[in-house]
Amino acid sequence: MIRAFEQPRALVRRIGLTRGILAAFLLALWLVYVFATDLSFSALIADCLTRAGMNGILVLALVPAVRAGVGLNFGIPLGMVCGLFGTVVVLDLYGRGAGGLIGALAIGAAVGALAGIAYARLLEAVRGQEMMVGLYVGFGAVAGASILWALAPVHNPEMVFAIGGSGFRQTLLLDGYFKGILDRLGAIPFGSGTIPTGLLAFWLLCCGAVALFLKSRTGLALSAAGSNPRFAEASGINVRGMRTLGVALSTALGAIGIVIFSQSYGFVQLYKAPLLMAFPTVAALLIGGATVRTAKISHVLIGTFLFQAVLTTSLPLVNDLVQGQGSAEALGNIPEIARLIISNGIILYALTRKES
Amino acid sequence: MVRPRGIARVGGGARQNLVPLLFASICLTGILWANISIPFLLTDVVPRVARNLFLVLSLIVPVVAGMGLNFGIVIGAMCGQVGLILVENAGGQGLGALLLAMALSLPLSLLFGWMTGLLLNRAKGREMITGLILGFFANGIYQAIFLLMAGSILPFRNQELLLDGGVGLANSINLVGTGQRLDHLIRPSIRVSIFPIYLPVATFLVSILLCFATRWYLRTKSGQDLRTVGQDMHVAEIAGIAVDRARVRAIVISTCLGGIGQIIFLSSWGTFNTYQSHEQVGPYAIAALLVGGATVVRATIWHAIVGTILFHTLISVVATAAQTLVPASMGGAQIGEYIREFLVYAVIAVTLALHAWKAKRRT
Repeated sequence: MIRAFEQPRALVRRIGLTRGILAAFLLALWLVYVFATDLSFSALIADCLTRAGMNGILVLALVPAVRAGVGLNFGIPLGMVCGLFGTVVVLDLYGRGAGGLIGALAIGAAVGALAGIAYARLLEAVRGQEMMVGLYVGFGAVAGASILWALAPVHNPEMVFAIGGSGFRQTLLLDGYFKGILDRLGAIPFGSGTIPTGLLAFWLLCCGAVALFLKSRTGLALSAAGSNPRFAEASGINVRGMRTLGVALSTALGAIGIVIFSQSYGFVQLYKAPLLMAFPTVAALLIGGATVRTAKISHVLIGTFLFQAVLTTSLPLVNDLVQGQGSAEALGNIPEIARLIISNGIILYALTRKES
Repeated sequence: MVRPRGIARVGGGARQNLVPLLFASICLTGILWANISIPFLLTDVVPRVARNLFLVLSLIVPVVAGMGLNFGIVIGAMCGQVGLILVENAGGQGLGALLLAMALSLPLSLLFGWMTGLLLNRAKGREMITGLILGFFANGIYQAIFLLMAGSILPFRNQELLLDGGVGLANSINLVGTGQRLDHLIRPSIRVSIFPIYLPVATFLVSILLCFATRWYLRTKSGQDLRTVGQDMHVAEIAGIAVDRARVRAIVISTCLGGIGQIIFLSSWGTFNTYQSHEQVGPYAIAALLVGGATVVRATIWHAIVGTILFHTLISVVATAAQTLVPASMGGAQIGEYIREFLVYAVIAVTLALHAWKAKRRT
């Protein structure tokens, strides 16, 4: 039977609904940007790439968990908090430059791995409701860490909370420590912007490492444990161990991700900042084409870029278009509202899909 | 089955009511440690309980229907808020205006509750997280309407409701016409030492009415159908019950009650945080229900009542204790806030974990 529009239909299916819609939307935004404003397009592209690199590793962190059959790791803020802990320790000890960055990464990843193992044990006990429990573990971790930041002894006076003199500040400045180290490494000027080669290279390196791992024997065992636990068990794979590995890896990568994010951003945001960061991260992965049960590295790359590009483009675009109007105050919220609708919409779509 | 006698009964009772007992002891510890005066506590807690009880009660029906904790109650809250906005915009005053707001919220709650129910039916087994995300999504739409369209595409008569630029609802709206009407209806005050404790009797009466209404409903055929669906969807299907329709019905009821409950809540406060009031409704009401001993599969009216009292007492105790015990230099007030949030999340996380663990043990 020959159906109408067979070729285009196949093409659409290959591109994927989520990627297609977001890509079309992005293209439309870019067209308006180029033709309706005087802003620099090259600077915009550079910014989009920077934002993608900033968030890329966080999105990558979700992949091992999805592959291991644990679903979308809404508890990624737990990993973020571990990374923040590593950063805070290094900053408090005046760790500057590349050494500081490496220290933060190492401590964050180590604490993240340990926390991940404990988190995995909790998830094991709540098979079937991992996403829900993970969400609240993430919230609880952020709230618990807030208590820690407020009560911890601070040695570095630059980090101290302005009022009262004890506890860490809300936002720690990385100027003079390791702000933008990776971004500037081998940076290429591009029109009026700069492409953060070091940042992107590190992201691609991490993606490559995870991709290689997933092709290794352990990685294949992980994927098998996730897609068909009974068969995997029968083949002699330690399914429970694989799930623990997936979650621990996810948490550790989350820690690494937030350190990279902070160095690129230039600020370390403590207290309640990471509370809602799980949602854009999960949304980015889903936009790339992942589902609750499958995730590939290509999903990470495409999804992060598309999502971050849409967000990065919409803010200056909207600001430029509503300039001078009385309603600017309200309309300036359009990018934020769009973010809420897009990211939560896509998560809803993923949760309500019928999967075989 | 041999019923446990004597000490065994106490042990069994303790295990079943572990969570409320635990929280009661935390409250007691806090009160004794920080030397909090009971009358002071009551002036704070009594109005809070009156305000929140209705919302907590509206969570019961979905649990009975097997849909878990209705995180989608946020949507009902938003519908209620729309009702209030419309009434305040028209300049309504008095109890009549309040009732009108409730009436206006109902068609919206019916529509959105129905849509929520349909969506949750597509996510069987994942209702709670879907409801949660749906709440955030709906929040985005709500903001799109009230921040971007209010005043521009949707004309508003009462300019005081809007932001300075003329577009978008103000961040905080003073409920001039409808604030405090239900509370003040019957409001005796009991003087205990130097603290006058106001009892918002009318508000309590409305909530008690809902208690009886819920009990009555769950005994009707419709309510019993919901219960059957909650216990086992397959058995219900075989017994001829329209499972999907029953589930939608449960969510619609919860959403409508959520709308009314949010109106009661906000009217009691007197002002309303346009963009944030509804966000906190879900977790706080759910945590209150859980503190009372409810679980993901079982919630009774007593759980709601005991839970609301305990939860709000705990919040009050923790906030006051933190302020007195932790010196201001270490951010005492802030710590109280963090501990409060941590408790809310911890309560929900622990209950979810316990439930899933018990479910796993049974299989």
